[in-house]
Amino acid sequence: MMRHLLSAADLDRDEAVLVLDTAEQMAQTQHREIKKLPTLRGRTVINLFFEDSTRTRVSFEAAAKRLSADVINFSAKGSSVSKGESLKDTALTLQAMGADAVVIRHGASGAPHRLATSGWIDSSVVNAGDGTHEHPTQALLDAFTMRHHLVGNREHGAAAGQDLKGKRVTIVGDVLHSRVARSNVLLLHSLGAEVTLVAPPTLLPQRVDAWPCATSYDLDASLPEADAVMMLRVQRERMNAAYFPSAREYSRRYGLDARRLRLLQDHTIVMHPGPMNRGLEISADAADCERSTIVEQVGNGVSVRMAVLYLLLAGGEREEVSR
Amino acid sequence: MTHAEESATTLEATVLEAPEIRRVLTRIAHEVLEQNKGADGLVLLGIPTRGVALAHRLAERIAEVEGSDVPVGALDVTMYRDDLRHHPVRSLERTDLPPDGIDGRTVVLVDDVLYSGRTVRAALDALANLGRPKAVRLAVLVDRGHRELPIRADHVGKNLPTSLAERVSVRLVEHDGHDEVRISRPVGGAR
Repeated sequence: MMRHLLSAADLDRDEAVLVLDTAEQMAQTQHREIKKLPTLRGRTVINLFFEDSTRTRVSFEAAAKRLSADVINFSAKGSSVSKGESLKDTALTLQAMGADAVVIRHGASGAPHRLATSGWIDSSVVNAGDGTHEHPTQALLDAFTMRHHLVGNREHGAAAGQDLKGKRVTIVGDVLHSRVARSNVLLLHSLGAEVTLVAPPTLLPQRVDAWPCATSYDLDASLPEADAVMMLRVQRERMNAAYFPSAREYSRRYGLDARRLRLLQDHTIVMHPGPMNRGLEISADAADCERSTIVEQVGNGVSVRMAVLYLLLAGGEREEVSR
Repeated sequence: MTHAEESATTLEATVLEAPEIRRVLTRIAHEVLEQNKGADGLVLLGIPTRGVALAHRLAERIAEVEGSDVPVGALDVTMYRDDLRHHPVRSLERTDLPPDGIDGRTVVLVDDVLYSGRTVRAALDALANLGRPKAVRLAVLVDRGHRELPIRADHVGKNLPTSLAERVSVRLVEHDGHDEVRISRPVGGAR
């Protein structure tokens, strides 16, 4: 396993399967009365969040705490960052505090990469979302959820060692602003799945033809083939009005509603990385239907992040291998 | 001497062969039943990977002798080990507990080799997080000595005095295609 997790592309097929298998064992421990494990006792994980994201931060915090690591939450708001401190000076501070891992969320694409490769800190760096670039742990939890349902038939351990070969995944919506979509395409491709991105032309990135996936503008046509349908949040905060005519128009052409649910195969699951705009990209019927894994994804997020922290931090300084 | 030359001059000897392993497991099964006065309330938990196969074999023997099925599970102790920092990261093995759990039961931990005792210590910590057994016992196929903690097995297949330079390897049909316990030592190497 490598030292950092910066991009979903850092993981080859076997490494990704290792993370998913590890997460599966972690998930088992989360059904117990005592959920806490002593594994990372004495290690320090710093959550360095330059952007608000309660969901992701709490998920990483829960994961680190369940493994007995010490967690320090460092939010840029109200810190010296808002007084103009640079990423470098923040990093040097974290280094002095003895961080073993830094989980970073940043509005600028590439900030985690800079932190990991600049030599400012020795610790492992985990990308918790950078700009419109990547969100690898979200992709891992999505893959974990898909594997559990589509390969393992929801049974513990049944999917161990397996990838998503031949599974068809349709990712719908605002691909342009979505780090989740990019990380998912990269990871799902490594795991052998076939991904189709469905979006209005204005919400597909210019170089999407270089991504290892298919694209389409027609949601109705791609739904009957899908094993999993992932709806992306319309990121209103990143948008001016020019991307599509109106919310109503978007919802009509790219929203998942009761009619479109009926186009799906019986086993197909409905996913959403959250938070949802109910009534925009997904109707309440679809969000709350039986095949929706949206709540489950949140729980799987903790298990997957436990697995990532375990794999990055539990090993020693690669001294001896005996015994 | 290079590493390759060193491994080229290794002496190996078989200390247990398939029939002996079979006899030893039958004896342990009887000992477990005798100590527990029957099979009631027993749970066998194997420590991955080879302890799990041994636990299943013991359960078969117990079923033959006593006519009752004893629940078998697997207990991976990796996340409870105190030496994680001294080794490259390990992948986790399966933990599977019997549906009725371990509360109020007599848990017999089963492993292939007892050495430093650190695995067993980790297993005791893991058990404490999973429930409250009535009692915990330890059954091992081979005890090779060199304990680093005050831990001892209740049921031992074979006591095997070894030097620290020696290696004990257990091979089982379930994983390796055949049953055998081998001991190997480097020849002419530094002691």
